[in-house]
Amino acid sequence: MTATATGDLLRAEGITVRFGGLTALDAVGLDVAPGTVVGLIGPNGAGKTTLFNVLSGILRPTEGTLTWKGAPVPSRRAHHSARAGIARTFQGLNLFPQLTVMDNVVVGADRTARGGPFSLITGLGHHHADERRLRERALAALESFGIAEHAHRLPGTLPYGVQKQVALARACVSEPELLLLDEPASGLSGDQVEALAEQIRAFSRDMAVVLVEHHMDLVMRVCDHIVVLDFGQVIATGTPDEVQADPAVTRAYLGTPADGSTADGPAAVDPALGNGDTP
Amino acid sequence: MSTTTGQRADRPTGAASTPPQSPDSRRRALPLPARNLLAAAAGLAVVTALLMVTGDLTALRLAAVGYTFLAIAGLQLLVGGSGQVSLGHGAFMMIGAYSMALLVMRLPMLPLATNLLIVIAVSVIAGIAVGAATARLHGPYLAGATLILAVGLPGIAHRYHDLFGGSNGLNIRMAGAPPFLDGFVSTSEWQALVVWFTVLLGLALLATVSAGRLGRRMRAIRDDETAAAMAGIPVGRTKVVAFVVASAAGGLAGGLQAYVLGTVTPSTFSLVLSLTLIAALVLGGIASLWGALWAAFAVVYLEIWASELAETLNLGSDVQNNLPLVLFGVVLILVLRFWPLGVQGALQTLRARMRRS
Repeated sequence: MTATATGDLLRAEGITVRFGGLTALDAVGLDVAPGTVVGLIGPNGAGKTTLFNVLSGILRPTEGTLTWKGAPVPSRRAHHSARAGIARTFQGLNLFPQLTVMDNVVVGADRTARGGPFSLITGLGHHHADERRLRERALAALESFGIAEHAHRLPGTLPYGVQKQVALARACVSEPELLLLDEPASGLSGDQVEALAEQIRAFSRDMAVVLVEHHMDLVMRVCDHIVVLDFGQVIATGTPDEVQADPAVTRAYLGTPADGSTADGPAAVDPALGNGDTP
Repeated sequence: MSTTTGQRADRPTGAASTPPQSPDSRRRALPLPARNLLAAAAGLAVVTALLMVTGDLTALRLAAVGYTFLAIAGLQLLVGGSGQVSLGHGAFMMIGAYSMALLVMRLPMLPLATNLLIVIAVSVIAGIAVGAATARLHGPYLAGATLILAVGLPGIAHRYHDLFGGSNGLNIRMAGAPPFLDGFVSTSEWQALVVWFTVLLGLALLATVSAGRLGRRMRAIRDDETAAAMAGIPVGRTKVVAFVVASAAGGLAGGLQAYVLGTVTPSTFSLVLSLTLIAALVLGGIASLWGALWAAFAVVYLEIWASELAETLNLGSDVQNNLPLVLFGVVLILVLRFWPLGVQGALQTLRARMRRS
């Protein structure tokens, strides 16, 4: 079961999620190749976050299969996917409010420790070396994200932009192979979005990235491949250029023209898609 | 005078941004277990010195402080560390105490150390059972489930009268100091030493768990379960482990209590005990082991002072029985009114203020 160099890192096929009578995702497929940035866009309620929760193992799909590095993933729990090399950030950041910035990031590095249950409970064995290595690793991450000066602060005392960097550092510190970013640009200023775009391109040198984002400028600039969801279904996929030209996408974002033209008519309002606003 | 007011004025901002831990490379030179064992040895030296200058009565009271300290420290790891509020901690003390009494009665040839190890094993099994059953419960639901344990377990002692002795409980005779120490230490002093030796060993282990990777995992889960899981931490298993460690500490404390008092009755382990333990933890301070120590002193000494007060004032037996609870409640309210972080929180603020001046 070796993954070939050209093979997909993560492949989702026929993912269906039903909450009672509501079908949140309907036979959605997604392929993520190593070193690529995949954008996941769609209007509010399209099922983006639901798909994210499936990909990160928080939610088990009603139907469908997930393949990680060529091998099917049978029963998944969130901590299993994390251990396999999938990290994610959250829309609401979900930092640990009572842990210092340093400890937040050390927790992110936890999966790289070598000690087993014995060292965990007794503090013997690998524990001492593990702790030192985790701290070194966390400190290196803090430095590369430019937040080392805040290491001993609590996240709640820091500006939002810094908190976002803490969340990114926590996700990246364990050097995952796949990074899932849930709306990384929300609440950031223009300059900060610029910096974020560069960061995401830098991430993609070491890992694959899947991005849920409403900030269209950012998505079009950093993504290699875009998947558009609407009402739980994939309505378009392709490169940023292809997706932008797709009439189905414009329809999903802006609705059908009100002048009575048929649903399959070409959309009249093409340029509006790229201006970076949430519908 | 003017400097004092100046400091008071800038204190709020200082307190808001005070980091809970400061980096201290010197402290990290030794492995965690070694550091904690050294601290435990120092603690034992202090207790020994205290026992040498005080009498038998104080020795028994210090022994009570010792096992209460261990019980509250276990609860602290569970509540403060992993964020699981248990109102049934007294039930684990009861399990430990009855295990100890039954062992002494049925298998009198076993040495004390073996008994204590068996008591820990029994408590661990009980902790696994309760922890696994409650790992999916949060907040008030978990508190409610553990509350049932505290309410229901004493009933079992009544129900199985032949085995557990009903409301009269079980009476055991424990061996005193070994013969070669005759004349050096009294039975009470020996018991206090045994208790504190065991307690400090247990605390060293608890402190190691709490300050190490496992403790950090627990605190991460307490703060945000989803984020902890996405960092690769097995949430359910870690919560059960927290429960098991806490119940082991509680059970061992109960076993030591049986050893010191020589008697176990169901009424000792009523719901009031469980509630007192958690209230005392809040009173002492939930963030550090010192808080658990002040809490243990409060549990033991407030009761003693209350009954002494009732005796001096010649109050009726009804009042005398309830005065400890009243006193405890009043102290709890006062402490939380003036020091919301408990006694230890107040001491830390005081120390920070003194350091700045």
